[in-house]
Amino acid sequence: MSSNVSGRTRIAVTAGRATGWLSRVSRRGRGATVSGRVMNRLAPNALTELARGQHVTLVSATNGKTTTTRLLVAALEAAGKPVISNATGANLTSGIAPILARATGPGIAVLEVDERVVRRVVDPLQVEHLVLGNLSRDQLDRYGEVHAVGDQWRTVCETHPELRVVANASDPHIVWAAGPAKTTWVTLGARWRNDAATCPNCGALLEWTAEAFRCPKCDFAPPETANRLDGDTLVLDGTRVPLRLALPGRWNLANAALAVTAAVTEFDVDPSVAADAVAAVHTVAGRYTTVRLDDGRDAHILLAKNPAGWNEVLQYLAGTDSAVVIAVNARVADGKDPSWLWDVPYELLRGHAVAAAGDRCLDVAVRLHYAGIDPVVEPDPLRAALRIPGNTVHIVASYTQFSALYRKFGR
Amino acid sequence: MTGVARESAVRVGLVYPELLGTYGDRGNAVVLVERLQWRGIDAELVEVSAGTSIPDSLDVYLFGGGEDDPQSMAAAGMRASKAHIERARSHGAVVLAVCAGFQLIGDRYIDADGEILEGIGLLDATTRAGSPRLIGEVVVSPDPSTGLPLLTGFENHGGRTTLGPGVTPLGRVVSGGGNGDGSGTDGALGDRLVGTYLHGPVLPRNPALADLLLTWVVGELAPLDSPLESRLRAERLHAGSASGARKWWQDRMLARG
Repeated sequence: MSSNVSGRTRIAVTAGRATGWLSRVSRRGRGATVSGRVMNRLAPNALTELARGQHVTLVSATNGKTTTTRLLVAALEAAGKPVISNATGANLTSGIAPILARATGPGIAVLEVDERVVRRVVDPLQVEHLVLGNLSRDQLDRYGEVHAVGDQWRTVCETHPELRVVANASDPHIVWAAGPAKTTWVTLGARWRNDAATCPNCGALLEWTAEAFRCPKCDFAPPETANRLDGDTLVLDGTRVPLRLALPGRWNLANAALAVTAAVTEFDVDPSVAADAVAAVHTVAGRYTTVRLDDGRDAHILLAKNPAGWNEVLQYLAGTDSAVVIAVNARVADGKDPSWLWDVPYELLRGHAVAAAGDRCLDVAVRLHYAGIDPVVEPDPLRAALRIPGNTVHIVASYTQFSALYRKFGR
Repeated sequence: MTGVARESAVRVGLVYPELLGTYGDRGNAVVLVERLQWRGIDAELVEVSAGTSIPDSLDVYLFGGGEDDPQSMAAAGMRASKAHIERARSHGAVVLAVCAGFQLIGDRYIDADGEILEGIGLLDATTRAGSPRLIGEVVVSPDPSTGLPLLTGFENHGGRTTLGPGVTPLGRVVSGGGNGDGSGTDGALGDRLVGTYLHGPVLPRNPALADLLLTWVVGELAPLDSPLESRLRAERLHAGSASGARKWWQDRMLARG
C-alpha cells in the first residue's frame, strides 16, 4: 500500500483482508468479494484513496470481460508496464478495493467490472479508459432489460467527456452507449442479434445485413472505422496484426482484437508485442482449463452462461466430434430462470454424445429431448463426463457450476 | 373443427420472435411442433418476422414475452394484423399468449407514465404497470374445466392484469404473483385461447397444457409418454412451493446483488 493512504483505509483494508482469508480457509469463496464489502463499510472513501496514483481502465461486457481483461493485461505487461488487475473475476465494487490495495506504486489498473457497476465506480476510481465489448440478455431476473444497461453506459459517456473509450462497433447497444465519447471503434462482427431487434435511439425495428445494422427511421448505424477483425487478423489503422491464439473459438478472437486495439491505441504498445502476448495466454481464471478425468481422458472446461455465449460455444463444438457435458445451475449468480435454454440452438449437437448436468439437469434434458438429443442425465458434471463416450470431452458450465469446478481444480 | 382429418400440416406460428422472444418463448413453438410430429401428425413452425403482417393462415398463434420498446413495436404489428387474426380465430385458430403477449391480446396496457398501449382486444382485460416486478417460480391451480394438473412456470413482469367481469382466469395462483391485481388468479381462458404470465417456457414444463392446445387444433390425441417432463414438473412444483423463509432469504440475496 502506498504511503499516502489514510489510517482508516489501512485498517479497513487489513480487516477486509482478514475476512477474505477467513472466507478462503473456510472454503466459502475466493475471498475478494467479502473482503471488499468489509472494507467499503469501514472506509467509504477507500476506493478513491486506493486508486490514487493508478491510471484506471474498466473492461465491461456481457460476455468476455474476464478474458478481455486478462488479454489486455498480458499485452501491457509484455510492454513492460506496471499493471494490477482483478484476475479472479471478482468484479463488483467490493471486489475491486482489495485488488487496488495490493498496488505497491503508481501504475495501470485494468479492472473487469460487472455491467451494472460501471456507473458506480467511474467517479471514485477516476477512470480514464473504458473498454466495452458487447451487451446481450443475461440473468433477466436480476439484471433487467438489456436496453437499460446500454442507457446507463451512455449516460456515463455523456457526463464524462474526458473518458477515452475503446468499443465494439458491431453491437448496437455498444454503439449507442459509447456514441457520445471519444471512442476508438473496432468492428468485431455481430453473430448474436437476438437481443438487438430494436433501435436503442428511437425504438424502430433495426435492419440487419450480413455485416451491419441500420435504423431505417433515424439512420442509427455503426460508426465508420478502419479497425476490424478480419478472420483471425486484426486490421488496425491499416496494419494487419495476425492473432494466433491458444484460446479456442471465434469469440476469443473478438476478445483479443478488442484487447489489442486498446493496448495499441491507448497505451502505445507495439502491435506485434501485444499480439504475441495475447497469443501466449492459455487459460483465463479457469476458463479453457484441461483436467484429467478419473478414466484418464481429458476434459476441457468452458464457461457459457447466456444464449449469446452458448451460441458461440456451440458453433465451435459443432466443428469437433467432442462429447459434451452441459452443466447448468440456476442459483442467484446464474440467474434463477433458465428459460434461456430454449433460445440456444442445441440442435447443433445432434450426433454428439451429450450429458445434462447441474442443479437444473432436468431442464437441460427436456430441452435436449426436444432438440432430438437423448442425453445422459447426471447432476454431477464430472460423473456425467465419465458416463459419455468420446476421446475428448468438453464440460460447458454455467457460472456457479464453473466456479465449483474452478475451486476443485484451481488454475 | 375438432377431430377433422387434415389435408395440410398444422401451422404453428411464432409471432415476432425478435420482439416477443425474451423468455425462451420459441420453446413453446418447438414443443407443439414436436409433440405433433412424435404422433405422426405433420406440423411446421412458421416464424412471423417483425415488420411483416401476421397471416390469417396459421393454426396456432404464439405471442411471447418482450421488453418495453419491442413490446410497443409488436403491438403496432398485431393491431395492423388484427383482422387476419380474427378471421383465423373464426376458423378455429388457437392462441397461446404469454407475459407481454398476454397483455397485448387484452384491450390495453397502461405504462408507468400513464401512456396507453392499445392491444388487440381478443380478451376483455386491462394491464397496468406496477411495482415491484413479480419474479420467481409460480404454481397455478388451473380452472377445473381444463382438466389439467397443476401448472408450473417462472414469471418476470411488472404488469398487473385485471380481467373483465365475463372472463375466466386460467387458474388460481397457489404460489407466486400471476395477474398480480389482488384477485389471486393467473392468466385467462377463452374459446381456444390461453393467456398466462407463466414462462419457463410454459409448455415444456406443462406438456398436458401443450396437448390441450393441440386437441383444440386436431382433436383427440394419442397419449405420449413424457418421463423427463414428469420428473422436471415434480421438481419445479416442489421448488414453486418453497417456504416463506426461503423466499425471504432468496430475495435478500437478490437485493444484495
